[in-house]
Amino acid sequence: MAEKQATRDAYGKALVALGAENTEIVVLDADLSKSTKTADFAKNYPDRFFNMGIAEQNMIGTAAGLAAAGKIPFASTFAVFATGRAFEQIRNSIAYPKLNVKIAATHAGITVGEDGATHQAIEDVAIMRALPNMTVLVPADGEETRQAVYAAAKHHGPVYIRMGRLDVPLLFAKDYRFEIGKANIVREGKDAAIIANGIMVSKALEAAAELSSSGIEVSVVNVASVKPLDQETIIRVAAECGAVITAEEHTIIGGLGSAVAEVLGENRPTPMLRIGLKDSFGESGRPLELLEKYGLTKDEIVKAVRAVMERK
Amino acid sequence: MTTTEIKHMANVIRQDIIKMLVPAKSGHPGGSLSAADIVAALYFKVMRVKPEDPQWPERDRFVLSKGHAAPVLYAALAEKGYFPKDELWGLRQTGRMLQGHPDMKNTPGVDMTTGSLGQGLSAANGMALAGNLDHKDYRVYVVLGDGEMAEGQVWEAAMAAAHYKLDNLTAILDFNGLQIDGTTDSVMSSAPLPEKWKAFGWHVLEVDGHDIEGLLQSLAEAQAVKGKPTILIARTVKGKGVSFMENQVGWHGNAPSTEQAEQAIRELEEEAANLG
Repeated sequence: MAEKQATRDAYGKALVALGAENTEIVVLDADLSKSTKTADFAKNYPDRFFNMGIAEQNMIGTAAGLAAAGKIPFASTFAVFATGRAFEQIRNSIAYPKLNVKIAATHAGITVGEDGATHQAIEDVAIMRALPNMTVLVPADGEETRQAVYAAAKHHGPVYIRMGRLDVPLLFAKDYRFEIGKANIVREGKDAAIIANGIMVSKALEAAAELSSSGIEVSVVNVASVKPLDQETIIRVAAECGAVITAEEHTIIGGLGSAVAEVLGENRPTPMLRIGLKDSFGESGRPLELLEKYGLTKDEIVKAVRAVMERK
Repeated sequence: MTTTEIKHMANVIRQDIIKMLVPAKSGHPGGSLSAADIVAALYFKVMRVKPEDPQWPERDRFVLSKGHAAPVLYAALAEKGYFPKDELWGLRQTGRMLQGHPDMKNTPGVDMTTGSLGQGLSAANGMALAGNLDHKDYRVYVVLGDGEMAEGQVWEAAMAAAHYKLDNLTAILDFNGLQIDGTTDSVMSSAPLPEKWKAFGWHVLEVDGHDIEGLLQSLAEAQAVKGKPTILIARTVKGKGVSFMENQVGWHGNAPSTEQAEQAIRELEEEAANLG
């Protein structure tokens, strides 16, 4: 499918639809509503939108209070500020009391592009995954984002949703089913498995197609629900394929790659390689050029698959 | 409750604080004792709550932003009947309900989890916003510490409360002048606090935090103020009611020994006898 949409755009649209269905939904933003795409919700439901100004800690704390009084707040800003600037507010005012707040963060990863490393969250999944009570979702495309937003609203408890700025291919049709805690096998093969999420799912599928033309058939598993993690599917696919690659637009420390390594290390040791940022920050540049520079490409996945298959 | 009865209740709360800290062997007596009159006035006169239905949607909310003063809140909740008083003697002990800092998930009557300073006012703002959205007339009360004034988030929240005209919110600053490392003036000057809060768009009332009548009057005035939040800057004495703890920075976070507790209780009983 050639059509593209940024997950943040899908978020903005989903929020408007959700807001019509459920009047308990409220939205907070920290002066970035045009970028996070909460501006449409603000236009449609001005009474239920709170611009908190450039004050992320207070935004998160206010969301906690709204949730304590029965609302379902979606708090949005860039991922680096949501999870970094307001980390301890998320920890003590949301995760520990298990309040029903959805932290919907956009501009995750190096595909933020030109703004550079200060604005590119590369560690947010690791940070959020470490928190008890937190659900962590990294949707791959517009449709999955829409479903993740709805699932988050339905789930009672804290949820972190990670979204991007860049337009990415639409991968899934309306009949696709996203579920919290479930991985989706989007392509099947027995030679190796690529476990990916976010923008790396489309790259994994491209890599799988290229490998197929040279006779290597790989499974592609989309793990949008990083926490809770679908351990059963990951163990089963690893057992069937005997070699695993993970691919994420995030540091390889603490994110999807680590989560998969933890599960396989304890349950089914399997030759494995992780694709992601190799313990480095990003930099300014065009998003696609940065993906090339930092090795988040189809070609790198193909190379990693061939390398890990050698170790079977 | 009459003013005299509230004074007696504050005295009982102070005795509970001392008694619960002995078996706990740790905790924060100074800032709990300084807030006892404020908390007694709120829970036993001002706030509309139903101890038999802690989640009653119409209830007034209370946020103890200075969460280390948890003993004063626990004592008030126990005296109010939210949970058996015996729970107080299990404070800070493994497997027991009462955590070192307030935990809304496990303690009936605790409306917000606090403990990390600077976060309570934001949560109170959120509750007040929700009350407005739902057209409910409940009020939100938040007790802040003066050491906490150094937290930037407090001022983010102060700005937001005025921006959103949260006149259903009343903050009470327990202005006891001491924090862990010394006087608030020596550690990090926050003066002039009344002017700062005024400049942030709040209605500011200065009050003696141990004068029940004055507190009740100010809390009533706060309810009548429209279009802006109100803060009571309540002058208090850290360790109030126990001679050897009053204005002593060393009693911020130390539990009394059994002997010290006995002396403290004797003094408080004496005070109660003089209350009439």
